[in-house]
Amino acid sequence: MSELNELTPGQLAWLRFRRHKLAMVAGGVLIIFYLFAIFCEFISPYTPDQRNARAINAPPMDIRFFDADGQFHPRPFVYGWELNINEDTWMREYQEDTSTRYDIQFFSRGEPYEFWGLIPTERHLFTVDSESEGYIHWFGTDSLGRDMFSRVLYGARVSLSIGILGVGLTLFLGVLLGGFAGYLGGVFDNVVQRITEVLQSIPTLPLWMALSAALPAAWSPLATYFGITIILSLFGWTTLARQVRGRFLAMREEDFVVAARLVGANDRRIIFRHMLPSFVSHIITTATLAVPAMILGETALSFLGIGLRAPVVSWGVLLQQAQNYQVIVMTPWLLLPGAFIVITVIAFNLLGDGLRDAADPYSSLSKT
Amino acid sequence: MKKYILRRVLGMVPTLAVISVLVFIVIQLPEGDIVTSTVGQLEATGVDMSDDRIESLRAQYYLDQPLPIQYLYWIGNFITGDMGFSYLYAQPVNELVWERLGYTLLISIGALLFTWLLALPIGIYSAVRQYSTADYAFTTVGLIGLATPNFLIALILMYLGYNWFGLSFGGLFSPEYINAPWSWARFTDLLAHLWIPVIVIGTSGMAITMRLMRANLLDELEKPYVTTARAKGVPPLKLLLKYPVRIAINPFISTIGLLLPTLISGEAIVAVVLNLPTTGPLLIQSLITQDMYLAGSLIMLLSVLTVIGMLLSDLLLAWVDPRIRYERT
Amino acid sequence: MSANNLVSINNLTVEFKTELGSVTALKDVSFDLPRNCITAVVGESGSGKSVTSNSIMRLLPDSAQTSGEIILYPQKSEPISITSLAEKDPRLRSLRGGLVSMVFQEPMTALSPVHRIGDQVAEAVLCHREVSKEAAWSEAASMLEQVGLTDVQQKMRMYPFEFSGGMRQRVIIAMALICHPQLLICDEPTTALDVTIQAEILVLIKSLQQKLQNSVLFITHDLGVVAQVADRVVVMYDGQVLEVGDVKQILKNPQHPYTCHLLASMPGAERRTTKESKQKNWAAGAALGGGTALATAEDGRQVREFVR
Repeated sequence: MSELNELTPGQLAWLRFRRHKLAMVAGGVLIIFYLFAIFCEFISPYTPDQRNARAINAPPMDIRFFDADGQFHPRPFVYGWELNINEDTWMREYQEDTSTRYDIQFFSRGEPYEFWGLIPTERHLFTVDSESEGYIHWFGTDSLGRDMFSRVLYGARVSLSIGILGVGLTLFLGVLLGGFAGYLGGVFDNVVQRITEVLQSIPTLPLWMALSAALPAAWSPLATYFGITIILSLFGWTTLARQVRGRFLAMREEDFVVAARLVGANDRRIIFRHMLPSFVSHIITTATLAVPAMILGETALSFLGIGLRAPVVSWGVLLQQAQNYQVIVMTPWLLLPGAFIVITVIAFNLLGDGLRDAADPYSSLSKT
Repeated sequence: MKKYILRRVLGMVPTLAVISVLVFIVIQLPEGDIVTSTVGQLEATGVDMSDDRIESLRAQYYLDQPLPIQYLYWIGNFITGDMGFSYLYAQPVNELVWERLGYTLLISIGALLFTWLLALPIGIYSAVRQYSTADYAFTTVGLIGLATPNFLIALILMYLGYNWFGLSFGGLFSPEYINAPWSWARFTDLLAHLWIPVIVIGTSGMAITMRLMRANLLDELEKPYVTTARAKGVPPLKLLLKYPVRIAINPFISTIGLLLPTLISGEAIVAVVLNLPTTGPLLIQSLITQDMYLAGSLIMLLSVLTVIGMLLSDLLLAWVDPRIRYERT
Repeated sequence: MSANNLVSINNLTVEFKTELGSVTALKDVSFDLPRNCITAVVGESGSGKSVTSNSIMRLLPDSAQTSGEIILYPQKSEPISITSLAEKDPRLRSLRGGLVSMVFQEPMTALSPVHRIGDQVAEAVLCHREVSKEAAWSEAASMLEQVGLTDVQQKMRMYPFEFSGGMRQRVIIAMALICHPQLLICDEPTTALDVTIQAEILVLIKSLQQKLQNSVLFITHDLGVVAQVADRVVVMYDGQVLEVGDVKQILKNPQHPYTCHLLASMPGAERRTTKESKQKNWAAGAALGGGTALATAEDGRQVREFVR
């Protein structure tokens, strides 16, 4: 008993969270993805717009330790592609050219870039010798010979940050409006409630589409990025506001809040000391579960060509290349960014589930 | 009950009014208007427009009036059935939208039924056999379905269809039926094409429905009235369906209203990938080319559909759940 | 066993398997329920009263592991070993609601909110006898009148949320008695009710028992209620039976220290406490000290397992 008493609510929540193995794994995956996004310039072997004329629409490569003769090499390597034009179909067909091994080098020189737009450097996490003929396209290349692996990493930066930023904005709107509606009640509450109802009864995608189509084409990529984020949050806050309001109303009547009031605590103390702590965990959970909707929203808009546009690279923009039926059949690896979307969304869902249980102070007791 | 229905129907009016204002604002957002873009296009082809001509064009579209008046003209015409003119297709909007709207509705309702017919029984099964292998399997599949964007499912399906069966699908009709008049053969051809978008769109809603049904039913199974019924000697299957399932299903009726916007949204994007003759591609086209009468009418129509759907789901809920029926009459 | 007993419980042990290890809810519980008699089981929460009654109805969750035996000796038919019935055995279904039925603690939630009262009561008849729906409804109507409802025809078409707590409990009692069970289990039937309603329900249960000549197993933590309704008393603590006896004997001259403790803890009990029983209370306190330590140790173990 005493051991339990010595733990803070935060520590207890962490204990409960740790029981969810899947949520832990999901959290790990997300941390890795976000690290990828943050350090994408360094991790990717090429810059996203660098073209390789010798590997257009090339399929993903195998990273090998054993050569064609079955001999083991401690340093991983790749083989280059040999391009043949199929004379019947006039299509490009790539075959592995096993005559030369191209060793993978770490922290080596490659295409120069500016890290975070600040530090000029040409070091990449891994490349093949840029002096040689070789190249490494782990995820293959697109129709312009651009490295898909690098593009997926750069796309992660945009897609993943739009999720966080959008949810941040949604949270701000939702908590502010929902909180005030719940706290003030009366006319304000009524107005917010009505707005929420109206917004929820409009099919969001058409409205998103209309708004993002209205963004001037002349805007800079950065401005479009923020524009899209704002559009996504503009309709996302309703659900959260509803929940916050509901919780606020329910909690106002909770015994511990009434008790605090009877003891003579003032409003500020009640809100920050009593209501907020039992609230924050709930909000974090909801926010975690809201991130996927943002990411999927951005993806959908960009996919349709009315969200982010090239030269911005996001997962949705990357998938736009794969809109065409022939393209998918010929170069299915262009769907790879989709796999990243799926994994990210699943991870956020699992993490959110774990957090929800961890945030519920009664969950461990009720299970015994 | 009649009073309740009347009140709900009247309650739709302000909602729709607000939506129409919102839509009007949205279609006003892009720079320029229909006249400037028409004039721009004409001038690009070498036709010179006199100022008088431009002015009369502006007057024809009420563009010389202040915005609120423009809105009133727009919504007034909309209500009386005149949705304006699409310059992209050089046709009245009226002639463009109705058939496409019909297909959108058909696919959305089809997707809803598909979702329910599959997801509700699976949800029930998962709840009754909680933590069984099948439960985990369904949960996993559902989660993947939830996480995969509709259009990606459509793309993957197309890829698999081609690779495995050599099929190329897309559209709602085989080429020979696209412009054919309605006949039994055309109808069966439609059905043969319809199932793909229905499945693709239905899959996204399935995961949520499944998880909700499972969670709801797990909650209900704990309730004392279930024990009461067991203690009364009700046979297990009858008990499950008559009591907890019956009550756990109620919330779904009210979520039709919330699911409908999602389905219509999903339909819009899947239609682009699968090349369906529905409202989605039309809307995107009109938005990209800033054909604002067409875009505005489409969004407005989709919203009206949704609001009606919500109304119907509320009425249905009141019909099946006595608690709500009594509270509100 | 004895021809006078309706149910005999022998060495009943129930364990629950949970994430945090197994928890023993009942340890070696044995007592009998005589015919035509109200037996009360008293004890604090967690003492295993409800687990005992749910074992008789076979309503324990799947995580429960049972050993020992419960035998029902119905009038005019073969004895049934309740504990060894398979879940699909038709006798189990005829047992639930037929031979044995139950009244629950929470009248507010024990009825389905979306089905009419009449439907829920008549269903009990339809589950056990081959009768028409109309016959079941008219039988339900007369049963509802017996439990003191007026305007029965109209009330049967109403929904539970239109009823007060006391009325709902009457409905549940009607539902339980409509198939003339030989044993009626009442699991704290009055705990959730107002004091005045409580008294009415107790009178109702007692008078119906006298009229129908069945046995009642009455579960409660309230010794005042025991004094009002029971003929015999079983005292339970921490999953064990401490004392079984006639109601007068137990209330006047308790043998086990814990029973004394329980009696002394009743409001207004102090006045009646003699010097002798005060000493017994001290002994009870000491005896319970061990029990409390046990409980704490248990909590500690759970915490440690949780942390791990």
